Amino acid sequence: MTVKTIKVDYLARVEGEGAIKVVVRDGEVESAEFRIFEPPRFFEALLRGRAFTEAPDITARICGICPIAYQMSTVHAMENALGLAMTGPLRDLRRLLYCGEWIESHALHIYMLHAPDFLGYDGAIDMARDHGDAVRRGLALKKVGNEILSLLGGREIHPINVRIGGFYRTPRRRELEPLAERLKWAREAALETVHWVAAFDFPEVERDYEFVALRHTDEYPFNEGRIVSSRGLNITAGEYEDHFEETHVERSTALHSHLRERGAYLVGPLARYSLNFDHLSRLAQEVARDVGLGPKCSNPYRSIVVRAVEVLYACDEALRIIDGYVEPDLPAVAAEPCAGTGYAATEAPRGLLYHRYRLDADGTIVEARIVPPTSQNQASIEEDLVSFIGGSLDLPEDALRHRCEQTVRNYDPCISCSTHFLQLEIDRG
Amino acid sequence: MAAKNRKPRLAVWKFASCDGCQLSLLDCEDELLAVAGAVDIAYFLEATRGAVRGRYDLSLVEGSVTTASDAARIQDVRARSRTLVTIGACATAGGIQALRNWADVKEYASVVYARPDYIQTLATSTAIADHVAVDFELRGCPISKRQLLEVISAMLAGRRPVTPPHSVCIECKLKGNVCVMVALGTPCLGPVTHAGCGAICPSYNRGCYGCYGPMETPNTLSLSDGLHKLGMDKRGLMQVYRTFNASAGPFREESDRHDG
Repeated sequence: MTVKTIKVDYLARVEGEGAIKVVVRDGEVESAEFRIFEPPRFFEALLRGRAFTEAPDITARICGICPIAYQMSTVHAMENALGLAMTGPLRDLRRLLYCGEWIESHALHIYMLHAPDFLGYDGAIDMARDHGDAVRRGLALKKVGNEILSLLGGREIHPINVRIGGFYRTPRRRELEPLAERLKWAREAALETVHWVAAFDFPEVERDYEFVALRHTDEYPFNEGRIVSSRGLNITAGEYEDHFEETHVERSTALHSHLRERGAYLVGPLARYSLNFDHLSRLAQEVARDVGLGPKCSNPYRSIVVRAVEVLYACDEALRIIDGYVEPDLPAVAAEPCAGTGYAATEAPRGLLYHRYRLDADGTIVEARIVPPTSQNQASIEEDLVSFIGGSLDLPEDALRHRCEQTVRNYDPCISCSTHFLQLEIDRG
Repeated sequence: MAAKNRKPRLAVWKFASCDGCQLSLLDCEDELLAVAGAVDIAYFLEATRGAVRGRYDLSLVEGSVTTASDAARIQDVRARSRTLVTIGACATAGGIQALRNWADVKEYASVVYARPDYIQTLATSTAIADHVAVDFELRGCPISKRQLLEVISAMLAGRRPVTPPHSVCIECKLKGNVCVMVALGTPCLGPVTHAGCGAICPSYNRGCYGCYGPMETPNTLSLSDGLHKLGMDKRGLMQVYRTFNASAGPFREESDRHDG
């Protein structure tokens, strides 16, 4: 029996630190592990005893790349506990803020982290030597996303302007006007991005994933909607834990999130897109069709194209919101504490992000539960490795290792978010 | 600082953190390619899979030490770095994860994980300077990218970075902000917090929450009196200092004064 082990000890161009181990026996992939060795930071434990008003500032620190996702899931879960619902301009501004994060985070992943895999470079800085115009376009696009975060949030990383009930300060119309000019440029750049990435070479593979994402009655989902799946799941965030569970798989080193009834599932751009294509803007739908994407995409390597379409949508949606913006009378509605439990799921750039909080009568957090997207995708990442690497085993060692890395980077894994990952070495030799 | 015939080697290291401070370098959209032209980015896993082993002229260290293996790894990073700069509140003060320093980490693990016995972690989250000599500490949760560029430029030029240690109050005065504490009665840590952010929170009508950590010689005693007069109770006073820089000396001491 020939045994071959492929190891990538420090996976690059992901947010956080992880590793891959694939074991091959007699020419077949026997097992694959995507291992996380990010040290645990215990957010769910340290949130206990803090005031509910502090939570959005604390949970932002789970991830420097998608702090808005954490802030949005937090404030919506708290508002759910308090019986508040955002309407009008405050609701619109939260969507606008999320557009900024999608543009910034997706542009970072497309240009800096993922495109180098397709074009054969170690990173975007090397890539810039031959593809300078593309890298500069990517950086400029990312900057427009960050400009939305800076204006609405106060700064790009760990914004300070989000609170339960709304914002601390809402922008004047005239402050948003220069942003609209920048977004018109960004929309063109996003269009070029879709065409640029669609021309890459993709392995022609598909898997029959169960897609899970939010679905809203009439808009592409950010903060609101029911949790639906491609196999008929249709629930509220409050029912999430009835259907999803986290378990420890012995051969692995991490907690995996599973659908109780059916096992592995997929969250993120492919799932969002395939379940909500009809709610994309007309421009986004047209360009997706132009590049041959279709209304559903099950090839994870093409997730880079889907991300580009979502950047285009986020630019379109941001422009729509700015155009219709009416300054609110107050930056926030009153949020009086009361005992209760609140649930929310929002669409982080990497996929569904679930939060649950239980509060005391004075608003003290008694219990917190956070399930990040990368934790939910862990099982699908490993199944992808088992399914897709088999055909590449004849590649030279370095190319094969690279293909494994690329397969994980399809997910834009955000390991720093992974409050649920375990570090564990089992040697049963 | 490097030999004349090669560009200085830059490395970026990650310990327990959210990745936000190293992301600040990638967020320098207008300057990134210029920085990449001036230095040899020899180790920066968030950005590139190409990694040069050996010695580095400038190491930027993000994150705090929370595991035994990380406590060993920072010694190796120090030994291979001519200059070592810590970036952000985790690296300079232990970060939000240093709240475990007041708790039982086993109890923490049992709350988050189904199998806490699998968790290998230290009882504390500590700053890099608690483990090795640090040449410069850049404050902030997150750091300011403007200050990061200043630190990189200064270190490569062999001069001291200009990052004033005065309070956020000075930044409010420079911006012409109305004082949120005096005018609105909003609790604000600005009087004791290290400058650098540009007084963002008061500019958005909220009080500073101290994410840049303590300024040089802060008068926390006096501020706590003021916060108490605005209605902040004992638990509030204990927690207001106990956030992203909870283990930074003056904040730790003041929060402990209101504990129990």
